[in-house]
Amino acid sequence: MHREFLMGNEAMAAGALAAGVNVVAGYPGTPSTEVLETVARRRGEGVYVEWSVNEKAALEVAAGAAYAGARALVTMKQVGLNVASDPLMSLSYIGVKGGMVVLVADDPGPISSQTEQDTRTFAAYAKLPILDPSSPSEAYEMMGEAFVLSEELGCPVIVRPTTRVDHGYEDVEVADPEEWSRNEPEGFVRDPSRWVIFPALSVRAHASIERRDALLAKRLSGYARNTMTQTAGPAARPRLGVATQGISATYVAENLGEKDDVRVLRVATPYPFPEDLAADFLDGLDEVLCVEELDPVIERALVAACGRRGLSVKIRGKLTGDIQPSGENTVESVGRAIDAFLGKGEANEIEAPGISPRAVSQAEGRECLSTEKCPAPPTLPIRPPVLCAGCPHRASFYAVKKAMRGRKTLFCGDIGCYTLGNAKPLDMVDTCLCMGAGINIAQGVTHVEPDTAAFAFVGDSTFFASGITGVVNAFYNQANMTLVVLDNSTTAMTGHQPHPGTGRTMMGQVVEKVSIERVLLAIGLAVVETVDPLDHEAAVETVRRVADEPGVKAIIFRSPCVVLARPRATSAVDVEKCVGCQRCVRELGCPALVPDATTGKVRIDATQCTGCTLCEQICPTHAISGGERL
Amino acid sequence: MSANVILAGVGGQGAVLASKLLARAAMGRGLPVKTAETIGMAQRGGSVFSHVRVGEGTHSPLIGRGRADAIVAFEPAEAVRQLPFLRPGGMVVTSDAPVVPVSAATGGPAYDLPAIMSYLQECVGEKNLVVVDAAAAEAELGTARALNVVLLGAAARAGALGPVTVDDLADAVRATVSPRFLDLDLAALSIGDVFFRADKMGQACPRAYGTSSRAIWPIGPLQ
Repeated sequence: MHREFLMGNEAMAAGALAAGVNVVAGYPGTPSTEVLETVARRRGEGVYVEWSVNEKAALEVAAGAAYAGARALVTMKQVGLNVASDPLMSLSYIGVKGGMVVLVADDPGPISSQTEQDTRTFAAYAKLPILDPSSPSEAYEMMGEAFVLSEELGCPVIVRPTTRVDHGYEDVEVADPEEWSRNEPEGFVRDPSRWVIFPALSVRAHASIERRDALLAKRLSGYARNTMTQTAGPAARPRLGVATQGISATYVAENLGEKDDVRVLRVATPYPFPEDLAADFLDGLDEVLCVEELDPVIERALVAACGRRGLSVKIRGKLTGDIQPSGENTVESVGRAIDAFLGKGEANEIEAPGISPRAVSQAEGRECLSTEKCPAPPTLPIRPPVLCAGCPHRASFYAVKKAMRGRKTLFCGDIGCYTLGNAKPLDMVDTCLCMGAGINIAQGVTHVEPDTAAFAFVGDSTFFASGITGVVNAFYNQANMTLVVLDNSTTAMTGHQPHPGTGRTMMGQVVEKVSIERVLLAIGLAVVETVDPLDHEAAVETVRRVADEPGVKAIIFRSPCVVLARPRATSAVDVEKCVGCQRCVRELGCPALVPDATTGKVRIDATQCTGCTLCEQICPTHAISGGERL
Repeated sequence: MSANVILAGVGGQGAVLASKLLARAAMGRGLPVKTAETIGMAQRGGSVFSHVRVGEGTHSPLIGRGRADAIVAFEPAEAVRQLPFLRPGGMVVTSDAPVVPVSAATGGPAYDLPAIMSYLQECVGEKNLVVVDAAAAEAELGTARALNVVLLGAAARAGALGPVTVDDLADAVRATVSPRFLDLDLAALSIGDVFFRADKMGQACPRAYGTSSRAIWPIGPLQ
């Protein structure tokens, strides 16, 4: 064993490797991405790892490996679980032979997601055991425990960290490679009565799952990570209790003092819920405050326990307005709730949802330094995330915007860096729903408004993840729309993972690239044009021409992600020629273009400029030069 | 000895890297460390922060409001944004160089640097405010890319990092930074010495780095 300073995601990867994981698959998504990347970096001989094309494929790969007796791990973010839910729901009935852990990272806030869905609720729906870690070290340990539980029960086990556990760092005690468990898979044993799902099998499986989970709930009351503790106050038998989970348990610990008389229940297995332990916790209490993020899972379970056991304990939490119903908990939001609960502070006024520390500090700088008086802060600049300087997506959006000026248009966006095309001044994203949705949303709108020139923007990784079926649907059903593939040859938003179009795998192999053009031509599209978006004139001309073709047609804007590429030469402004019209700033919104507050002339920040030359091409006085596009 | 430090900046300024260096330096002293990072969409030019908690007795990786011992900011507006987290008497170490967002040129709030600097001075107090002259540091190092390390060095020297010293940071740099950037980062840590010396300052100015001909806000008398 040795101690290492690890991110929660790295710790979980180390935990899986220590448990002898054989096969790991996943699809990138914040906050889960680093788990698989760490496995790939640290894996020994014989560990197979892949970025799958999407979460459904990843889960099926892991399931197949577990059918064959391997220890398998699949990683995703919470919205990825929606994509993987079809195989997972059935897998719950079929079960596995080798241990299978489904790692799903939830994102309270949300900080980098579309939804605040709670995988604990999903686990109860899927009838799968779920472990909820509260720190990187605990997450490390839980990985091994999850594999053991999965093998013993013959079903997948979910491990559900949240962002602050995924992206929190801690010094963690981890096993050396010589200490890793070894798992020699037996191989797949043919048995149609076990591996082929039919209603008859499902009838039996459902009944046995219900029996299993009832028994498991009792056993989990003895699981050492479900804990009941008491603060060291003077009362031997406190009348008040706090029930908590995950990272919120650490916020509770930060806020409970030695003089408080409180019993604390920490629930590490929200499903099956350890009700016997909860009953011990509730015994003799008058009131309980449930401190949890996302859904009121523990709160509902305690209300149910009280009803079932005839206990007269008042259960407070999200459902009673004592804890914010949505958004991320913080040290102080939990502190306020606990103070109000213990009668130490003011009545707890729930802040508006979404009170991440960032949101709080953006909203009000006033209460700084807690006790000292401070004047109102000056207005701060706002910093919504923006496309990087030189990002080819900016050029692509700008070309379409310019080509379609004056026309009735619809611009459907999708999930990736290019969602940031919504920001001013580009303002080029009218819709964004979920991975791959933009294509058929564009199709749907044109059935209602046939005179709209509809565009669907999709990135290369998203195209492979779930765009292709959408194109087939639109083409087959005679839609009239333009597909715009923004191909920067990487999965940029999540940190540049390889995908089928990159010609590399996570095992380090160089493989045949899947060609987006050939996929589109094979579907049957008659017009598929590829153009460099940074060649502005050609890009605009291509959009004008292609958009007027009938049916489903495609433009592929291909230019590498600037985060990966090294600039050859950056642009500079000739101050003599610059007339200060700021057209470049107003039209492009590139963060490397900095207007001077007094002269109005524009300067180029050389540390950010990539020399993409887009601003050079649109400057009316040709005052910008020197760039060299990639 | 413990320290709760918030590192603040703009995506791309190296907050995550700086927090790793600080954590490594503290671990080199045998102290337990927890950190929380901003990773994901906000990294694309958004406001980012890292919370670093050094020492025994911590539970959460996040620092509560009004409980941070120091804010180390790579950008002055971000220092103000994080001020609600500073405890009374806490210290702010900030770069003087603004990163002006696109939004300021496209209809969003303007970037009012003088107002931001004087607000910091008023709220934090001259005694607890260290302003690093980013242009002078850049001139000295020949690049702006090591600003995060310059700020860490300045913070350690000002006593803002609790038990963590410049030597601890240098050890951490040697242990973690790739050979390509090793000399640059070690130089970035040490330039504080150059700027700190009164004879180089032109005036006795132990808490500001450089004489900054481009100082455009009234920094007032510094002891």
